[in-house]
Amino acid sequence: MSGSVLFDVPGPRARVRHRIIGIVTSVVLVGVLVWVVLRLNQNDQFAYEKWEPFVTPAIVQDLFDGLIVTLEIAVVAIALSIPFGMIFATGRLSDHWFLRWPCFVIVEFFRAIPVLMMIFFLSIKYATEIGKFWVIVIPLVLYNGSVLAEVFRAGIRAVHKGQSEAGYSIGLRKYQLMVIILIPQAITTMLPAIISQCVVALKDSALAFVIPFDEIVSVGNDIRNEFHNSFATGIVLATVFIVINYSLSRLAIWLERRMARRGRASAETPKVAGVDVGDQSIGGAGA
Amino acid sequence: MDVLFDQSDAIFDGFWETIQLLLISGLFATVLGTFLAAMRVAPVRVMNAIGTTYVNTFRNTPLVVLFILVVFGLPELDIQYTFFEKATIALSIYTAAFVCEAVRAGINTVAAGQAEAARSIGMTFTQTLGRVVLPQAFRAVVPPMASVYIALAKNTSVAAGFGVTEATATLSALLNNDPQAAYWLFFGIGLGYVAIVAVISTGSHLLERHWAVAR
Repeated sequence: MSGSVLFDVPGPRARVRHRIIGIVTSVVLVGVLVWVVLRLNQNDQFAYEKWEPFVTPAIVQDLFDGLIVTLEIAVVAIALSIPFGMIFATGRLSDHWFLRWPCFVIVEFFRAIPVLMMIFFLSIKYATEIGKFWVIVIPLVLYNGSVLAEVFRAGIRAVHKGQSEAGYSIGLRKYQLMVIILIPQAITTMLPAIISQCVVALKDSALAFVIPFDEIVSVGNDIRNEFHNSFATGIVLATVFIVINYSLSRLAIWLERRMARRGRASAETPKVAGVDVGDQSIGGAGA
Repeated sequence: MDVLFDQSDAIFDGFWETIQLLLISGLFATVLGTFLAAMRVAPVRVMNAIGTTYVNTFRNTPLVVLFILVVFGLPELDIQYTFFEKATIALSIYTAAFVCEAVRAGINTVAAGQAEAARSIGMTFTQTLGRVVLPQAFRAVVPPMASVYIALAKNTSVAAGFGVTEATATLSALLNNDPQAAYWLFFGIGLGYVAIVAVISTGSHLLERHWAVAR
């Protein structure tokens, strides 16, 4: 019950009431589930031929290959987003307006537009030049990089002021201060945020299905078209993503707790222009 | 640049569709998400479990996969809706998970001492909730909810892949017609989204300032 402030410790009567509410809720839940199962059964969703593709070795292999491509997209996108975020975060913290302003505009623009828009743009304008892989990856880098830039900026600003004062007092320049003192301290606290962004990138890789590409959702879309089993395919795809993303989220939470125990708070939820990036915490708000 | 003016009707129609998706799914998601948040903080274990399972399921599923399930899966179950309706269903289900988390986080920001203090001066449960806990939680919920709505505004674009001609689908169609004007179209329509995001974040900013209290 999460030590909620909303409720008193229940007395005997409240406990009975809670038990009754619990039983009623369970009955309703079971009722809904039974209805769903009956509905699925009525429409032959449990028929073997709907699920057969997912026990056919060749198709399972295709899905597995698709999953590898999905992971590749996410890993490359995040690997490039981190330097992108670093560069633009330091840019926005620059003392020079001619660095600060372009960085501000770029970061805010790519945070505000849908990833799918960029995918359509690149696939229509540049697909032959850069190939479909980069048509997916570049938008993901621009979006996740911009989000990470805001996370990093908040992380750098959260480093104690005494650290930069100490740096200046021993005669470091601004960029030395950034590279030697501020960034190394900020980056460890930002690990959970980076992992959360991996979840976002994994989910957004599914947008590739509009082109389409070879990642798992596009593979699933082909299966669905061939076997007319959209429901079964959707469930399989969703399960794969839930397992991977849930594990990643747990990892992020574990890292966060571990850091908290070591007395280092993880990156504070950055508040930028009234918009809180941090809600994207575990799982992210991306598509 | 001319293309933006020549096609302004199509572009405005697209954004009108985007805004409708945003408002309707935003409303449904808020209602469902608040209900789920109430389940997650309720003192009944089954309700907690339902809320948690919902959030973990839909937060970790790509929106595209949810669209596949709703747009192509529902007809297989003999449930028929228009593309626009199905897009709102998918967006609402997905966004509700994030609304739930935002609301729950808001309730959790209220320190336990607040409720204890309220009770110790003799306030009843309703008074504690209505006068002390909820007003504070409400304020704390505004910024994360604004982010949820901003994410929703961008997520409406996924409907472009599923038969709804909103702004991103319009962009795609116009790009195919006139690849020469690609940059104008991209930045023009991009600015439309920037405007929507700016409206939401300004609104949340104003609300936040309006309700600001010293803690």
